[in-house]
Amino acid sequence: MLSINNLHVSIDNKQILKGLDLEVGPGELHAVMGPNGSGKSTLGYALAGREGYDITEGSVTFDGNDLSEMEPEERAAAGLFLAFQYPVEIPGVNNAYFLRSALNAQRRARGEEEQDSMGFLKEVRASLKALKMDESLLKRAVNEGFSGGEKKRNEIVQMAVLKPKVAILDETDSGLDIDALKLVAEGINRLRDDARSFVVITHYQRLLDYLKPDQVHVLSKGRIVESGGEELSRRLEDEGYAFLEAAEA
Amino acid sequence: MNQTVEHVENVIAQRYKAGFYTDIDADRVPAGLNEEIIAMISAKKDEPTWMLEWRLKAFQHWKTMREPNWAHLKIPPIDLQKIHYYAAPKQENRPKSLDEVDPKLLETFDKLGVPLHERARLAGVAVDAVFDSVSVGTTFQKELKEAGVIFCSFSEAVQDHPDLVQEYLGSVVPYRDNYFAALNSAVFTDGSFVYIPKGTRCPMELSTYFRINARDTGQFERTLIIAEPGSEVSYLEGCTAPMRDENQLHAAVVELVARNKAKIKYSTVQNWYPGDENGKGGIYNFVTKRGDCREDDARISWTQVETGSAITWKYPSCILRGDRSAGEFYSVALTHNHQQADTGTKMIHLGRDTTSKIISKGISAGKSNNSYRGLVRIAKKATNARNYTQCDSLLIGKTCGAHTFPYIESANPTAKVEHEATTSRIGEDQLFYCRARGLDEENAVAMIVDGFCKEVFKELPMEFAVEAKALLEISLEGAVG
Repeated sequence: MLSINNLHVSIDNKQILKGLDLEVGPGELHAVMGPNGSGKSTLGYALAGREGYDITEGSVTFDGNDLSEMEPEERAAAGLFLAFQYPVEIPGVNNAYFLRSALNAQRRARGEEEQDSMGFLKEVRASLKALKMDESLLKRAVNEGFSGGEKKRNEIVQMAVLKPKVAILDETDSGLDIDALKLVAEGINRLRDDARSFVVITHYQRLLDYLKPDQVHVLSKGRIVESGGEELSRRLEDEGYAFLEAAEA
Repeated sequence: MNQTVEHVENVIAQRYKAGFYTDIDADRVPAGLNEEIIAMISAKKDEPTWMLEWRLKAFQHWKTMREPNWAHLKIPPIDLQKIHYYAAPKQENRPKSLDEVDPKLLETFDKLGVPLHERARLAGVAVDAVFDSVSVGTTFQKELKEAGVIFCSFSEAVQDHPDLVQEYLGSVVPYRDNYFAALNSAVFTDGSFVYIPKGTRCPMELSTYFRINARDTGQFERTLIIAEPGSEVSYLEGCTAPMRDENQLHAAVVELVARNKAKIKYSTVQNWYPGDENGKGGIYNFVTKRGDCREDDARISWTQVETGSAITWKYPSCILRGDRSAGEFYSVALTHNHQQADTGTKMIHLGRDTTSKIISKGISAGKSNNSYRGLVRIAKKATNARNYTQCDSLLIGKTCGAHTFPYIESANPTAKVEHEATTSRIGEDQLFYCRARGLDEENAVAMIVDGFCKEVFKELPMEFAVEAKALLEISLEGAVG
């Protein structure tokens, strides 16, 4: 589904990712952990195609397509979704209108029919309810005046409606209280099936307790330095990242 | 090479959909500006002597005036002697009804999306269509007459309602007011006239569509709206012109009079040809618009969406004379390529407890320059006057400019004047967020800009809000990337 080989990414000529390898198969959920500044968010942005995140070496294939050849909106239409660590506010733009426009832009790009407003509303309302979000959020401007938790949950609502093939969640759990964290985890789990893949970037074990990742990777200084099962994340929770340095030394 | 040029032209033609020209025989006065020409215009319109005298007085005064140069605009010299001040489609007799109007003219307005014939008329909107110097026709006149509302061309009003015209003409914008208002007073040709009788709520939206067609002409229209005590009206104007390499001058005057408890809402969607991407051609739009809340509790609201014109010089204003009278100004001004706009408002508080609100949204793209200029004046006797001004600028790209020139003059210590201003660049993070959700760059910009303008758009009548939004999108094509 998502195949990252020897990925090198630089920002302003500064090398951030230095040969990252990651193979995510259909239906798999991979957790990426790592200390601050290790390149986790850079990975998310580079996959989504943010300007200024230049792939200088290596390749990323997604569902058979070379990602580096695609514009951000083309990646979205092909089924790649990035849940932002800091969702962006767009004053004056109605939240429901934004999401429906995005959905239909993706559908048009795939040669599918647009979704009518009734069908859309039904679906988005169900997602809101599942995440215990007030319907009035639909009428507000995109992320404007949302609390930190509401912004993160809004990303999950968007993901549920857009139904991507692979979702990259960038610290979606940070800043959430325990109840919200559970709702978000459930929201993610509801979307899991044999085909849909997830890359979950996180600092905390708690989210992973709910998600039960297939694999856990540790990113350090721009490379995956350790991979394993759930036990790896527990070890990190207990010991911190100190053992990385020990291993390097 | 030629192919490229053609391609570019096609793209631009798509951008400015109203850029076509109607080939129609025109009756034109010779180029030039003098008393003889003014007399000729007056004779063509079969005007009474008082009207011609007023024009000539205005002309005498205009000769003593100079072009204003205080705006943040680069205005190339305009040779007023080269302009034809009157151009009208040739016709044997003045058509008595729309059925007698030249089909070519009806077709033109059809193409502009303003059908005048019975079948396709916009529901609930009466239209006065002005083509170059004359009104082509006014729809729904019968229905309006039944409500006691007068809605006709200015020329008709001079003939049929001379008392009203004489009483109110120049009472809000005197011909001495400024250089362009004086010029307009001397040579104005047509425009709309609206009279809403006492206690009447106008049963439909009124609108005027201004079309410049002929080459080397200017358009000098004059609109007068009178709202008697307790009456209410919503009026909208739209404007377009063919694409030409030469600049054309448009100098209009609009006067509004709101009497006791009367309400006037005046909306403009201005889409004059803005010139090409190198700044060639386009309309020079020098307009004086002013409303007078002449008696107590009157209310005047201006809403404008300005996307067209090479140069815009325009300050729709309110004189808040009556106690508790209220003035509002909502504006979206978008400039792209080499367009220049210096626009804003004046709120003159004269009465007690008067209030005014100013919401201005300026959007600049390309190499354009966009200025907000606003005056809030609180006179000595205007006890407890209130003003709130919010003035936001949005920049797209790095080669455009946005400027704010607020003037506050208060002679009464009880006045409360608030001013907020922001300038922002379309955020790279906003754009990326939209694109990461599947919207392409142009749609993303359109959406962000539309959100930025929301507060103003919601003031427009529904159908026109949709049009304004579409216009903004078209005007922004090619603004990014």
